[in-house]
Amino acid sequence: MSQAAIAERGYGPLDRVSDIFFVRPKLLTLVLLLPPLLWIGIVYVGSLFALLLQSFYSLDDYSGLVVHEFTLSTYAQLLEEANLQIIVRTVTMSALVTIGCVIIAFPIAYYAARYARGWTKAFFYLAVMMPLWSSYLVKVYAWKLILAKEGILTWLAKNLHLSWLLDGIMALPVIGGPSLSFSYIGTFLVFVYIWIPYMILPIQAALERVPSNYIEASADLGAEPRQTFWTVIFPLALPGIIAGSIFTFSLTLGDYIVPTIVGNSRLMIGQAVYTLQGTAGNIPLAAAFTVVPMAIMGVYLWIAKRMGAFDVL
Amino acid sequence: MSSSPNRATPLGLRISAIAGLLFLHLPLALIFLYAFTTEERSFQFPPPGYTTKWFGVAWSERPDIWPPLYLSLKVAAIATALALIFGTLAAAALSRARFFGRETISLLFILPIALPGIITGISLRSAFDIMGLDFSIWTIVLGHATFCIVVVYNNAIARFRRLSGSLIEASMDLGANSFQTFWYVILPQIGTALLAGGMLAFALSFDEVIVTTFTAGQQSTLPIWMLSELIRPRQRPVTNVVAVFVVVVTLLPILAAYYLTREGEHTGGSSK
Repeated sequence: MSQAAIAERGYGPLDRVSDIFFVRPKLLTLVLLLPPLLWIGIVYVGSLFALLLQSFYSLDDYSGLVVHEFTLSTYAQLLEEANLQIIVRTVTMSALVTIGCVIIAFPIAYYAARYARGWTKAFFYLAVMMPLWSSYLVKVYAWKLILAKEGILTWLAKNLHLSWLLDGIMALPVIGGPSLSFSYIGTFLVFVYIWIPYMILPIQAALERVPSNYIEASADLGAEPRQTFWTVIFPLALPGIIAGSIFTFSLTLGDYIVPTIVGNSRLMIGQAVYTLQGTAGNIPLAAAFTVVPMAIMGVYLWIAKRMGAFDVL
Repeated sequence: MSSSPNRATPLGLRISAIAGLLFLHLPLALIFLYAFTTEERSFQFPPPGYTTKWFGVAWSERPDIWPPLYLSLKVAAIATALALIFGTLAAAALSRARFFGRETISLLFILPIALPGIITGISLRSAFDIMGLDFSIWTIVLGHATFCIVVVYNNAIARFRRLSGSLIEASMDLGANSFQTFWYVILPQIGTALLAGGMLAFALSFDEVIVTTFTAGQQSTLPIWMLSELIRPRQRPVTNVVAVFVVVVTLLPILAAYYLTREGEHTGGSSK
């Protein structure tokens, strides 16, 4: 059959190449894989290694020039009080943001996975996808509008006669500030808002895989709905939560735009990296700083993989 | 998978789900509202008055908006084209073969979006410095394409996995070579997934700011223009007009991508 068809068309160079691939499927895989692998390997991984390398250099304090000699002194600088504070502050913020995201995302994901049907299902999907994909900066900007001192939150508080509550919160040490857009509360809210969709989707995916007969079995065996939730549904949803937390945690760790636009003047890792490589010209310390989120995420991903979080991505 | 057909939704769950969705959407609604305010120096709520004049101002009196817009469109188009080629190749290779190191390679392709953008940004910047590359539109494209590849790859590999091997075998049995099989059999099957991936990549690139701040020299893309307006506001409602435009431009491809991948769920030949 195939011989006849080829005979009709003639046997061109493309057919010859095609035959080689057919005989050696591994060669085809290699030919397909090589260009994208080279791109990611050279452009991305190559740059990463170049950066890593620079973290072992140091900056000469007097000349302000980078000394190209192997040293661990730059990493030692990370442990200085001020730099350590930046790291602790960023990790704490990332953890709190992740918890905030779980609390708001879970009911949405739960509803979408277990109760939404037909058009409500599509509605929930789009309602999550649209904020996920709409412009990052526009979302940050929206919160600048909301948190401004003359903005809608202050207006709401006034009209609900809750101004005392808002003022009281802003007067709190550490998390308070002159106004919401210059406080940790503001930074926290914007982060939670921006990353929530990244939490909803994996939780929903995990919940949708919970077989309904597990839940029936649990009920048949006499479990209260609350017991079923905590002993059956929640453990099965946990990989989804962890998968989502990879995003919320990693994205908060590295972000420098949000704390620059909404927040007080205390730096987070991203801002430190940005100022160090820019105005300060201290690439080695900036590089050492980026190793922190990389190391944290490396450990995080390893744990997540062990807990089965990658299966729901 | 509802466990019993006529189970009612718990009220508390319904309220918290709806409240959550409102939390997700009301802030974006405010962006639209403030595009019509008459107050240009603060974010006063409620706006003291309403006007449509800012749309005219943005159109004709702010020439600083247009070059960033063109640059963003150009970068997004080139980055998307590159990502379509490389992402599809990667997905085709990794979906068809099992070999040693496959898991590692697929992790490698996810890395550009798994690691914070600032790491991608600063490592690219220092690599450009080391190689002595001047910042240009191409350095921006290089950065954008790197994470756009991931988006196309993710979309394409999901479709490749559903692609029925019997169709490809049938095509080969009937005498088509690999290229003809790709063109007449595989491409029509994965076309919508590629289109969807391409649109998402375009939207992602059009919107990217963190990597771009590191890889752009003097040029500014639209997000960088917007960032500078956020830090040093001039006419605030004009920023809102541009934001409304950006929301519309990014949402249309996403809606389209949604419908494309939804209709394409039933790939031919897979229903056996």
